[in-house]
Amino acid sequence: MASASTAAASAVILGDPAPPTPVRRRLGQAVLVIGSAIVLLLLVAPGLIAHVSPTVTGDDILRPPGGAHWFGTDQLGRDMFSRTIYGARPVLAASLLGVVLATVAGVALGVAAGVAPRWLNSVIMRIIDVLLALPVLLIALILIATAGSGVRSIVIAIGVAFTPGFARIVEASVRTLRSVEYVQAARVFGSTGTRTSVRHLIPNLMTEVVVLGTSAVGWAVLTATTLSFLGLGVQLPQPDWGSDLAAGATNLATSWWLSTFPGLAITLTILAANFIGDYLMTALDPRDGLRLSQNLTTMLTGRRPGNGRPPAGAA
Amino acid sequence: MLAYVLRRLAAAVPVVFGITIVAFLLIHLVPGDPAKILLFGTNATPAQLANLRRQLGLEDPLWRQYFSFISQLLHGDLGTSYLTQNSVAHEILSRTPSTLELTGAAMVVAVVIGVPLGMLGGAFPNSLADRAARAVSFLGVAVPYFFLALLLVLLFSVRLHWLPAIDNGSVTGLILPAVSLGWGYAAILTRLVRGRLIEEYRSEYVKSARARGCTEWRVLLRHALRNSSIPAITTIGLQFGNILTGAAITEVIFGRPGLGSFLATAISNKNIPVVQGAVVVIGIGYVLINLIVDLIVGAVDPRTRAAGLA
Repeated sequence: MASASTAAASAVILGDPAPPTPVRRRLGQAVLVIGSAIVLLLLVAPGLIAHVSPTVTGDDILRPPGGAHWFGTDQLGRDMFSRTIYGARPVLAASLLGVVLATVAGVALGVAAGVAPRWLNSVIMRIIDVLLALPVLLIALILIATAGSGVRSIVIAIGVAFTPGFARIVEASVRTLRSVEYVQAARVFGSTGTRTSVRHLIPNLMTEVVVLGTSAVGWAVLTATTLSFLGLGVQLPQPDWGSDLAAGATNLATSWWLSTFPGLAITLTILAANFIGDYLMTALDPRDGLRLSQNLTTMLTGRRPGNGRPPAGAA
Repeated sequence: MLAYVLRRLAAAVPVVFGITIVAFLLIHLVPGDPAKILLFGTNATPAQLANLRRQLGLEDPLWRQYFSFISQLLHGDLGTSYLTQNSVAHEILSRTPSTLELTGAAMVVAVVIGVPLGMLGGAFPNSLADRAARAVSFLGVAVPYFFLALLLVLLFSVRLHWLPAIDNGSVTGLILPAVSLGWGYAAILTRLVRGRLIEEYRSEYVKSARARGCTEWRVLLRHALRNSSIPAITTIGLQFGNILTGAAITEVIFGRPGLGSFLATAISNKNIPVVQGAVVVIGIGYVLINLIVDLIVGAVDPRTRAAGLA
């Protein structure tokens, strides 16, 4: 009963993963692989998908979607399909890098607070409480007010704004892990705080951190596009989903396609990110506390190392 | 209960203190001399600049500047706007009701849509209704509110002419912004209530209530939902700050004269006193709401009082 309620508690924090059926597992693997491939392609070589430059203007202005221009053209005759494809780069770069930054900082801070003496722990955690008391978007806006607009500022803004939440969760896990036998044993054998952290705590936190980071990508995309929607990201005429959506809003009544396609792109990205996050959560199941390498094996082969239990729904 | 109230109040004090420090440091974090920003484009002489810096207290040691910032704050003075030379406190206060109205309306939308959908899913898990509710909530989390706002305007204002696209001061003008902002939070609530209800239905007290011959309605409303309401209330409280900042963005889209459009212009103009004021007001508002939420939860569920949780 007790374990069921803890499972429910973490389900509330991390979301409510559906039970992994074979179809869901295949779908999850497919979305993960295809999604990563698309993200990589959009980041590295968007020109392979869209052959027209996103900034080149033309005489064909405000043309509705059709054969020549799949997503139509804007008031300067720029191809919206190309702008939507190229517009992925600043959004994906800002949100992914922001999450990586927040993950690294959050883990460092959380582990440091978790192994620190009691008084230092209180100081760090009170500071984190203050930062958590401020809405994420407000922190991001404050940082952009100080650092100026641009993709780099958005990366920093997301990184800093997401750090306190990560640090709080990691700190809680470290405190639980500290009482686990092998960590206690390491300390009895004279392992220093740093060595214990690097050799024992961090590797055992990795699964949780990966799940946490993946679940945050959807929110990061939302935050990044909100900021660029406000004109604080990439400056026109460079393409960006958020700023293109805002720019199209003025012509909404006559040219619906200008805002709709960047908006759909954002929605699809968040949808895919959340789906992958949910999938990784069920597939890796951080509550089992296995190391990431073991969990990845489980996820990819559908087989748990060691215990010999046949995985649910294996073909 | 009194001891609990006092303990929660005491816990809020360092947070408020921290918020004022963040707001205060802002003026020093922004690159550039505030006096130069203030006199930008006026061909001020270095002597005038130095004079203004002295006036603004920028020559004083940091602790003294913070001290005067706090004492002004306690007198309800948030400084003067760089641009309009009006009192920031006055400008913020005159815009706050509009933002709070939208925030409140969005919360109502979130609860009115989210809780019934979650109940439906929780009471009949894996039914057709549950699948539909889950699809709606999965989409609700994914569609950004500023995109939803545009889609709603396109449908209800441009095509159907049912509702105004721009705020006109009436209730009808509030519907579209409130729905576009509240929808995502409705999705979060749906997920939460559904998950909790399923958990509660497995518990012993639900079994015993059924064994005593309670109707399913009574089991749902009096037992399962009541126990699920605590995390739901806590979540709404935690999301308040996000809804508040979301309201700020939604205002910009619908042309509502609230805190958000004010803050957004202040950020692009580097109008620091206004940004400071907004940080203090939003931060303290958030702390107050969470305090109220904690007190409500404490009143609803005596267990949280003893454990000092919530």
